[in-house]
Amino acid sequence: MSDQKPLMPRRREVHPLPYWPDYKTSVARSPSLPLLSMESTTSEETGPRFGHSTLGPLDNNLIENYTQGAAKAVGERVRLHGRVMDETGRPVAGTLVEIWQANAGGRYRHIKDTYFAPLDPNFGGCGRTITDDAGYYEFMTIRPGAYPWPNRANDWRPMHVHFSIFGPTFGQRLITQCYFQGDPLIDLCPIAATIRDRSQLDRLVAALDMQNSRGMDYLAYKFDIVLRGRRQTMFENRPEGM
Amino acid sequence: MTQSLDMLVETPSQTAGPYVHIGCIPTFAGVEGIYPQDLGLSPIEDGAKGQIVTITGSVFDGTGWAMRDAMIESWQADAAGRYAGQEGADPNVSGFCRFAADKDSGQFTLRTVKPGAVANRDGSVMAPHITLWIVARGINIGLHTRLYFEDENNDQDPLLARIEQRHRVDTLLARKTGEGSYHFDIRLQGEGETVFLDI
Repeated sequence: MSDQKPLMPRRREVHPLPYWPDYKTSVARSPSLPLLSMESTTSEETGPRFGHSTLGPLDNNLIENYTQGAAKAVGERVRLHGRVMDETGRPVAGTLVEIWQANAGGRYRHIKDTYFAPLDPNFGGCGRTITDDAGYYEFMTIRPGAYPWPNRANDWRPMHVHFSIFGPTFGQRLITQCYFQGDPLIDLCPIAATIRDRSQLDRLVAALDMQNSRGMDYLAYKFDIVLRGRRQTMFENRPEGM
Repeated sequence: MTQSLDMLVETPSQTAGPYVHIGCIPTFAGVEGIYPQDLGLSPIEDGAKGQIVTITGSVFDGTGWAMRDAMIESWQADAAGRYAGQEGADPNVSGFCRFAADKDSGQFTLRTVKPGAVANRDGSVMAPHITLWIVARGINIGLHTRLYFEDENNDQDPLLARIEQRHRVDTLLARKTGEGSYHFDIRLQGEGETVFLDI
C-alpha cells in the first residue's frame, strides 16, 4: 500500500450546502452537525473496478438501447461527450460513467413520475460507458425536455442529464447534473442555485460544440468532468496526527 | 503575481434526484431490457470467504420518516481486510454493492461477508467497517459514512477515536440482532444524527 497517495481534500465551497430552503426536500434531509474531516484512508483510496465486459454495445446510445436497436427514441439527436480528469489535470481512464434523463417531453420512465407528458415507448432513459485512455467518453441521446416539479408552485427543471462517475477510488465518487447552453430555466432553478458561485454552476453547462456535430444528423455538446485528485508527495509515511 | 498552481477544481455535485434508480439500478426501477442486470447487485459471489451477514435498516429524515427513495452504495474489504484489486484479495468479493430503500417500507437489506480489519498507509489498523454513500432527492452532495460492528473491537479505530462526543460513536455501530444479522439505521438530521464524513 506504499504506492497509495492521499486524496486531496474535497473543496466544499464549490459544492452545494446540504441545507437549501428553496429546494424544499433538502430541509429535512440535510445533516445539521458538521462532517468529521480527516485524511483519506485505505477505504477511500481503493474502489470498485468495472471492465468493458460489463458493457453492451448499445449501452451508451440512449436513442436505441431501450429497444435494442429496433426503433429510435423521439427527440433532438444529441451527442454528449467530454473528458473525465482529476484535479491535477490527468485523464481518468477506464472509469464508469452512467447517465439518466427524462425523455424529449420531460417525462421519466419511473413509477414516481406522474407528470402527464407521455412516455416514449422507444426511450428508457439510462446509459453508461467507460472512459478511454484519454479519459474521453461519449453518449448518443436525445435532448431531454424541461419539466415542472413539485417544489414551489411553479418550479421547472431546466433540460438536464444526470451523471454518475466513479473514478479510481471510492473517495472520488460523484453525482452531478449536466445542463445545456442557453437554457433560460437554469437561472430560475432552485436545484441549480444550490451551487452558490455562478462560475461554478457555469461548469455544469455543456457547451454547444458545432465542430463535433454532424450535419443532417446530430448536435454535439461538450461536458468535461473533474474528480478529486491525489496529493503528490514523497512524505507519505508520517504517522497520522490527531 | 505568483506562478499559477495549474490545478483544476472538482466538478460541483448536484442531487441525484428522485429518479436515481433509473440510472444506477434501472431493473429495480422497472426499466428492464437495457442492461442484463443491475450493477452491484451483490458485493460477494458464491465461495466468498468469511461470515455471511445480513444488515437491515432504514434511512430516516429529520422528521423521523423512513425515506422510500434513498439509494446506498457500499464499499468494503474482504474477510481478511483486503480490498478488491489489492494483492491477495478474495476473488469472490467485489466489495461493491448498490441497494435501495424499499418503496413501501423504506427498509434496505445488505447481504455480504463481514469485512476484516484494514491496514492503513501509516501502519494503523481500522476496525472492520463498511463504507456507505447515500444519495437521494434532497441530498445535494452524497453523504459518506461508515458502518462498524458492535461485536468487534472498535477501541483502537482511528476514525472512531476522532469523534469528540463519545455517544455519537453509537450512530456508526450496527446492532447485532441474531447470528449473522445486524441492524443499522441512518439518521440524516436531528436526534441521533449519524456521523457523516469528509474524508
